Amino acid sequence: MAIIRDIMPAFELFQPANTDDALALVAKHGKDAWVMAGGLDTFDWLKDRIKRPKVVVDLSQVKELAGIRPWNGGLEIGAMTTLTDVVRHPVVREKFSILATGAEAAASPQIRNQGTLGGNVSQDARCWYYRGGWNCYRAGGNTCYADTPTAINREHAILNADRCVAVNPSDSAPALIALDAQMVIRSSKGERVLNAEDYFVGPDIDIMHMNVLRPGDLLTAIRIPAAWAGTHFYFEKVRDRNVWDFPLVNVASAAVFSGDRIERIRIAVNGVAARPLRLKQVEDAVTGKPRNEATAQLGGHLAIQGAEPLRYNGYKVPLLRNLVKRAIRGVEEPKWVS
Amino acid sequence: MAAKAPDNQLPTHPPYKLLGQNYITPDLIAKVTGKAKYAEDYRADGMLFTKLLLSPVPHGHVRHIDAREALAMPGVKAILTVDDMPKPADAMTDLGQRIPANPLGERGLTNDPVYQGEPILAVCAVDELTAAEAIEKITLDIERLPHVVDPLVSLRPGGPNARVEGNVWMRPDPNTPPPQPPPHVGEVKWTKEDFAEYNEGKLPMGKATEPEWSFGDWESGLKNAHLVLDETFVTPNTSHQTLETRTAMAYWQNGKVYVHCSTQSTAQTAPALARWLGLVDANGRPDISKVVVISEYTGGGFGSKITSAISAIIPCILSRKTGQPVMMRISREEEHYIGRARPSLHGRLKVGFSKEGKITAIDMFVICDNGPYDPQGDANQSGRMVSLMYQPPAMRWRGLSVLTNTPPRVSQSQPGGYQGIALMEPILAKASRKLAIDQVALHRMNAPEGKAPIGPPVGKDKKRLYVTSAYIKEALDRGAEQFQWEKRKVLPKRSGSKARGIGVATSCFVGGSIGFDGLFVIKPDGKVYIQSGIGNLGTASVSDTHRVTAELLGVPWEKCELTWGSTARNLPWSCPSGGSQTTHAHTRAAYAVTMDGIDKLRQIAAKDHGGKPEDYVVANERVSRKGGGAGMTLAQAAKRAIELGGIYDGHELPKGINPMTVASAKALAGQGLLAVARDTMPRDGQTHSYVAGFAEVEVDLETGKYRILDYLAVADVGTIIHPHALGGQILGRSMLGIGHAIGQKWVYDQHYGLPLAKRFHHNKPPTILDAPENMQWAALDIPDPETPIGARGIGEPPVGAGCMAILNALSDALGDEIFRRAPVTSDIILASLEAGKAAGEHLTAHI
Repeated sequence: MAIIRDIMPAFELFQPANTDDALALVAKHGKDAWVMAGGLDTFDWLKDRIKRPKVVVDLSQVKELAGIRPWNGGLEIGAMTTLTDVVRHPVVREKFSILATGAEAAASPQIRNQGTLGGNVSQDARCWYYRGGWNCYRAGGNTCYADTPTAINREHAILNADRCVAVNPSDSAPALIALDAQMVIRSSKGERVLNAEDYFVGPDIDIMHMNVLRPGDLLTAIRIPAAWAGTHFYFEKVRDRNVWDFPLVNVASAAVFSGDRIERIRIAVNGVAARPLRLKQVEDAVTGKPRNEATAQLGGHLAIQGAEPLRYNGYKVPLLRNLVKRAIRGVEEPKWVS
Repeated sequence: MAAKAPDNQLPTHPPYKLLGQNYITPDLIAKVTGKAKYAEDYRADGMLFTKLLLSPVPHGHVRHIDAREALAMPGVKAILTVDDMPKPADAMTDLGQRIPANPLGERGLTNDPVYQGEPILAVCAVDELTAAEAIEKITLDIERLPHVVDPLVSLRPGGPNARVEGNVWMRPDPNTPPPQPPPHVGEVKWTKEDFAEYNEGKLPMGKATEPEWSFGDWESGLKNAHLVLDETFVTPNTSHQTLETRTAMAYWQNGKVYVHCSTQSTAQTAPALARWLGLVDANGRPDISKVVVISEYTGGGFGSKITSAISAIIPCILSRKTGQPVMMRISREEEHYIGRARPSLHGRLKVGFSKEGKITAIDMFVICDNGPYDPQGDANQSGRMVSLMYQPPAMRWRGLSVLTNTPPRVSQSQPGGYQGIALMEPILAKASRKLAIDQVALHRMNAPEGKAPIGPPVGKDKKRLYVTSAYIKEALDRGAEQFQWEKRKVLPKRSGSKARGIGVATSCFVGGSIGFDGLFVIKPDGKVYIQSGIGNLGTASVSDTHRVTAELLGVPWEKCELTWGSTARNLPWSCPSGGSQTTHAHTRAAYAVTMDGIDKLRQIAAKDHGGKPEDYVVANERVSRKGGGAGMTLAQAAKRAIELGGIYDGHELPKGINPMTVASAKALAGQGLLAVARDTMPRDGQTHSYVAGFAEVEVDLETGKYRILDYLAVADVGTIIHPHALGGQILGRSMLGIGHAIGQKWVYDQHYGLPLAKRFHHNKPPTILDAPENMQWAALDIPDPETPIGARGIGEPPVGAGCMAILNALSDALGDEIFRRAPVTSDIILASLEAGKAAGEHLTAHI
């Protein structure tokens, strides 16, 4: 069969108007159903004719899945809430600004107007071999093309690789992990709630999926607890272009300081492994320590333990180290006299 | 000054009324309201759609195509393969010189793909979805052939060849008396010893195959230099990435093909399409009477659509085959493959400097990643531009163009010139530090001035050519002042986690051609109807240049009606809008045709009101007797021209104008006073334009990420015709160059020979947020002395200045041991800062 790209194949389209109808549809069509949120990830796959679902369930008309509501002193954000709406929400900006910063770092204004928070955390890997239609492990094959002697893997994983070296590209995911968010998943069988860091899976667990969603599941909401509201946040994304680019590495932290001592802290990074990583060992090591360069160095050093760079991504090791340092001690801003 | 206005009645220098002023271009409202129709916006009754089947392999031979299942599908109308395509044909110039066909040239489709993504066949159906599904039902039997995507890999002992004929273009010595043999592909392999320094990042320099050139005693120049730098640098392959892809729609009526296409040049596209389609007259010349080109608006070209694209013949031939109109919409994926790209150059230069900073000699060696098709001129042009921009008293240039199984290359803004500047500028920046001489001062002392020499000695008497003018020193002075260079120079370079640096770069390129036609009619309604064969490629030259006519006739621009965009609308022969030649070529052509119009107006006035023609002046929509007295309006003169006929209304035409202009003038004859002329004015020198770029950057030492705080481009481009358009060109092309500095590139897996960075978010053209935080332009507005209006083109030199001012600012901030190639991305900077030396693979292509 000859290959042609950039023209969408035909499929059966459903646009349910409420969550129950959506759940019934995904239950009925099972593996044949493709769940579409904002469509930014979906249309790439469909236009390239690589993923060929028989049925697309478009959630855009399910109004109850969008919107931001108070929840136990924190917030519940519908999975279909656009990134723009997350960024602009006054409570997000006031109490959980790290999420606004992370969401605003994603993609471009046009994409954020259409792309959703649920879609951003659930999007597939962007490895250019996998997305190019190469029949790799993640696509069901038995090779990782990004981990060969000639592979170009500048944007790939340095940690926790297991056959596949793709990374998770989400900018909002580490912010959600730093905020200790919970992911609400519904299926026709009921609802389950997971900690954000447990929503994502690496290739050691499941090489063909980035998260725990399975046929019949919908991510319906993301809950942000009050525990980290208004604490000290740090988010930074390093990317090639200043807009419309995935992270090379990003970092998010939420911390409470007591004087110059780190009372509690949560740190998460993305772009270094197939799932966003919560750096629990770093958090434990720096908690209780003074917020200074030495502590930052300790944290940065711990963050890169076990890193195994590939031919072209060795820079991610110092980049991860330095970003974790910054998440702990901040950035030394220049004092230009211009 | 080549041309002098009769009786000095006409201004030959500012102040002008219209030139140098902003105005609303005739295409503007359609563009901003979305009413402008591009090729893809057209529909015709019964129109079919076609989709392409692209080669899955980088090099191969199609043994068999099984399309039975596809052709049996309802709605599928036809399939087109290379067997339906005309063979590459010889071209004939206007002067009757035969340009032999390149037997290895593209034909639009192929059974012998030489890059992954090359179109093999086209399927035509009632809609695109059917065509796409039909393509998926086709089975190809392809024999895979050895492939190579890295020129240095191909040059290694036993390295693969990109074509079965070999791996390197062999060109005849340009001094060979005509008829010169055409270039051919041969095989060149270097020795293991040639590659001895490869792992140190130094470019191997084995046998070169392009005709070598030199001037002066470059060996002594290097030997006696106070400082000799031997530096390797690699420039990126960059796709043109025009916003409008090369979509085309075609239909036939009465043996004539109507082609809606995307092109940089309207008039010149007609013969190009005719030649590709095999539509030639009895003399072997392209038969433009059989082709109508329609292209009112073009969404960018940058050199990739100078005469549209050979792919445009696919819908033409399918339409002939099916008897129905055929639309070929080119997708972004397809555009990546067939949309053309700038070739990378690997370069190694030895440059000698005196203690005072003067360049004593340059020894330059370049390898051009040519792609699989026509031999590119970038390698040689890089040497020419280095010889002009830095004025070495002695220089040797060597090079070769190596074929690779990557998409076809073609000129891209400042072709070759950009690469030459990119190879040379880091050396100037380094020399500045080594010699403790200010960057601006070092550039200034090595800059060209006046009728500066360029390139190798040529012709029988072995003399070097020279340019029409060069005021780059003035541009450096003005820029240094406006940028506050001296003030910034002494500011601290490090603070906190940041480093700052400032950089300057100079850049030059061809800025104009001569010898094209102008055509207009003054009608009895008093309006001037100007015909333009210039393409509307977004630079505004399609209208800017014709304001010369309004200016010189003294007619308000609002009373000029411009016709452009379709060769069915009686257009004159115009230049190809490539190499930024249009502003120069067509301010001249407009000047020449306006002189013809003024001559005719004065003759008519003299006939009716007595005296001699030279007793009359043309101004304020009238032709009037000097010192007062009788005269007539342009409307009256137009009416009289019709009555007089002959030369006055176009029934009698001058010799020397192009056949396309003749045909157009004949069609317009009798409607008023018809002015038509070819620019035959002399020019002493080669026309070039220049830019000095100034940049300041701030680098984050913990992430390698950098911001461009400030950028200023100062252009030496002759007379300013249209400030808004000029500023757009200077800043837009600066951004093109800045894209080369900060991230734009191709990425290939060498083992498979397949591209990985096919989408914008992978190959990373710069976004608006990557633009310098403050970005300014200025132009000297010094008229070129060798052209009547003094204007030149500016689409080229901002590229090199933009790219290299940024990179020179980076090395000012970080030192010399950070990067050895462009683009320079945060990973390179961070890895080099960690390693304490330039990190990464310096010579591997497409990483």
